[in-house]
Amino acid sequence: MSGNELILTAERLYKSYRMGATNVSVLRGVDLAVEKGEFLAIVGASGSGKSTLLHILGALDSPAKGIVRVAGRDLRRFTGGELNAFRNKMVGFVFQFYHLLDELNVLENVFLPTMVSQGVLRWFANRGRIKKRARDLLSELGLEERARHRPYQLSGGERQRVAIGRALMNEPGLLLVDEPTGNLDSATGNAILGIFEKLNKAGQTIVMVTHDERIARRAGRIIKLADGKIGKGITRT
Amino acid sequence: MYKVVLVFRYLLRKRISYLAFFSVSLCVFIVAVVMTVMRGLVTDFKDKNHRFVGDCVVGTESLVGFAYYEDFMKVLEGQDFVECTSPVIKSYALCRRGSGPSVGVEVFGIDAERHSRVTGFGETLHYHKGAPRQAFEPVFDSNIPGCIVGVDLWLPRDSQGRYSYQQSLSEEAVVISCVALTASGALAKGGLEIVNTKTFWCSDTSESGLARVDGSVVYLPFEWAQMLCGMGGPDKRTSSVYIKFRGGVKFERGCAGVASLWEEFVRANGGKKLSGLFSQVKVESWKGYRREFIAAMEKEQTMLIVLFALLGVTTVFIVFVVFYMIVSHKSKDIGILESIGASRAGIVRLFLGFAFLVGVLGSFIGVVAGGLFLLNINQIEGWLFEHFEFQLWDRTIYAIGDIPNKADYRVLLIIVISAIFACLLGALVPSWQAARLKPVESLQVGQL
Repeated sequence: MSGNELILTAERLYKSYRMGATNVSVLRGVDLAVEKGEFLAIVGASGSGKSTLLHILGALDSPAKGIVRVAGRDLRRFTGGELNAFRNKMVGFVFQFYHLLDELNVLENVFLPTMVSQGVLRWFANRGRIKKRARDLLSELGLEERARHRPYQLSGGERQRVAIGRALMNEPGLLLVDEPTGNLDSATGNAILGIFEKLNKAGQTIVMVTHDERIARRAGRIIKLADGKIGKGITRT
Repeated sequence: MYKVVLVFRYLLRKRISYLAFFSVSLCVFIVAVVMTVMRGLVTDFKDKNHRFVGDCVVGTESLVGFAYYEDFMKVLEGQDFVECTSPVIKSYALCRRGSGPSVGVEVFGIDAERHSRVTGFGETLHYHKGAPRQAFEPVFDSNIPGCIVGVDLWLPRDSQGRYSYQQSLSEEAVVISCVALTASGALAKGGLEIVNTKTFWCSDTSESGLARVDGSVVYLPFEWAQMLCGMGGPDKRTSSVYIKFRGGVKFERGCAGVASLWEEFVRANGGKKLSGLFSQVKVESWKGYRREFIAAMEKEQTMLIVLFALLGVTTVFIVFVVFYMIVSHKSKDIGILESIGASRAGIVRLFLGFAFLVGVLGSFIGVVAGGLFLLNINQIEGWLFEHFEFQLWDRTIYAIGDIPNKADYRVLLIIVISAIFACLLGALVPSWQAARLKPVESLQVGQL
C-alpha cells in the first residue's frame, strides 16, 4: 500500500451459500482496501469466492456480514436510488461472459449505461455528445467499424472490448473486471490485458479477479484469496 | 430512455414476442366475433319480441278472457304516458288450408291498424306492409273476410331462409275452428254445436322473425275472433290489452303506472257481473309477458358470458405464460441492466411497457381482423354453404336472416381493455419476481 487515497474498502466480509443441506462459507472475514489509480488483481482457485467478492464490492450482491465503504460511506446505508447511481456512475463491470444485450448493436451496448441514467428528454438533448463519446471509446478499442454490428456477429475478443467500452462509458472511478480473458485465446487475452494496462496508466482504478497467476502478474498489486481469506499481497512495480 | 428502446427491440427482434402478439390478436378476434354474433342474435330476438308485444300487456292466459276492457282502454288512453292500446283475443284453433289437413294453431284476434300502432305488426306483413288497415279486407269474395297467416304456416323456406313469395296471394281458403267458452268457462253451446267454424281467405302473411309465432299464429279480425271464441255479445271480453307508451317513458315506470290504474279499475268495478274474471289478469312488461321465450335466450347469453369469462381467464393465463417465458428468458438482461444501474421499478416498467405495447397492437389487430371478418361473415357463410353446404344456423330451422354483424363499440372497448390488462398482469408477476432478485442472481441463472 502506498498511502494513496482509498477509493474502496472492505472490512470483515462474510458470505456463505446454501448448497442443499449444507452451508458453504465462501468469504470468511475478508479485509481489502483499493487505492485510487491502482491495478489490483485478486487471484484464487475456482470456487475460492473471488467473483463473489467482486460482486459484493460492486453492490451486485450483499455480504452476510461486514462492511464495504465507498469513499468512506458504508454501502449498506445507500438508498436504492444511490445504489443504482453507484452501479451506473461509480463502477464499471467487465464480466467473463461479456453480458451484452443482443437486441442492441455495438454502439448502443456501449452507451447503454447513459441510456439507463437519462430520461427520454435529457437523452435526446444530449444524444449527439453521448454518441460521440461512445464512438470515441469504440475507436480507442479498435471497434469503430463494428459499431452497427450485433454482439452475436462479433468474436469473443471483440465482445469483451465492447463490454470494456460499456464499463467505461460513464467514466467510473472503479473498473471491476471478472476473469476478463477466461473465454479468450491467449493472443486475444493479451490484447485485452493490454487495454487494461493502458487504462490504468491513464489513471483508471481497476480490480480484476482471475484464477491465472500469469494474468494477475500484469497488475500492479496481487492478493491471493484462499479458504475465504485474503493472503499477503504482492506489490509489483 | 433504455426502456423505450428495449420495449421496441424486444417486440421486433424476439420471435416469442410475435407469438405473444399473435395469441393476443387471436383471443381478441375470437371474443369480438363470437360476442358480436351472439349479442346480435339475443338483441335481435329481444327486439322482435318487443315489436311483437308492445311495451306492456294487461291480460290473462285464461281462454275465457276478461270483460270491461273497453272501459279500461279508455282509462289508459286518457293517461299522458300511454300512446295507444290494442285489445287482443288469444285462443287456440284448428286450421285447415284448402283441402289439406287440419293443424293446431294459435288464433290472435286483432284490429290490424290499431295493433300496428302498438306493435310492429304492420311491418311484418308482406302484401300490406305499412298499410295494415286493408290487411283483413276480403280478397276474392267480398262476403268472406281475410285472415293473416304466420308465414311459416303458408310458405316453405329455402336453404337460405328465403320464402318463395308470389306476386299475389293464391286463392286459398282457410277454415278456422274454435272452441267457444262462456264467461264461466263452460262450452258456449250445448249439444253437438260446440265448435265455431268459419272460412277466411288468406289476405296476407306475417313474418315476425319469431319462429314460434310465424309457425303457429293465424291473425283474425278482432270481432270475428271474439265471436268464434265466445267472447262477443253484450259482455264482450278480450284476452289482453297491448299497450304502447309514449317516447321517453321508461318501461318500469310505465308498467307501474298501468298496474296502479288496473288496481284502481278493479276496485271501482269490483261489483260488476263479470268482475270475477279480473283475478286472472296480470299487468306485465313486454319482457315479463314473453319471459318464457326470452328467459331461455337470456340464459344462453348468461352461459355465454360465463363461458367467455372462463375463456378470458384462460386467455389471461396463456398471456401470463407467454410473458413469463419472455421475462424468464430475459432474466440475464435484467441482471445486466441492474449491473449498470437500472432500478427495479425501471425493470418492471420496461416489461410492463412491452406488455402494454403487445396488448395494444395485438388487440388492435384482433379488433381490425374481427371487424373485417364480421363485415364479410355473411358472404363467408354463403361461400361455405355454396361450396361445402355448411351453414352455421340451418335456415330451414332457425328464423335467422343474416348473421348479426354489428359490433357494439362498448363491448369491443371492454375486450380490448381486458386484453391489455391480461398482458400487463401476465408481465407484472414475472418481471416483479425477476426485479426482486439481486443483480448477481439474475446474471447467474439462465432462466427464472
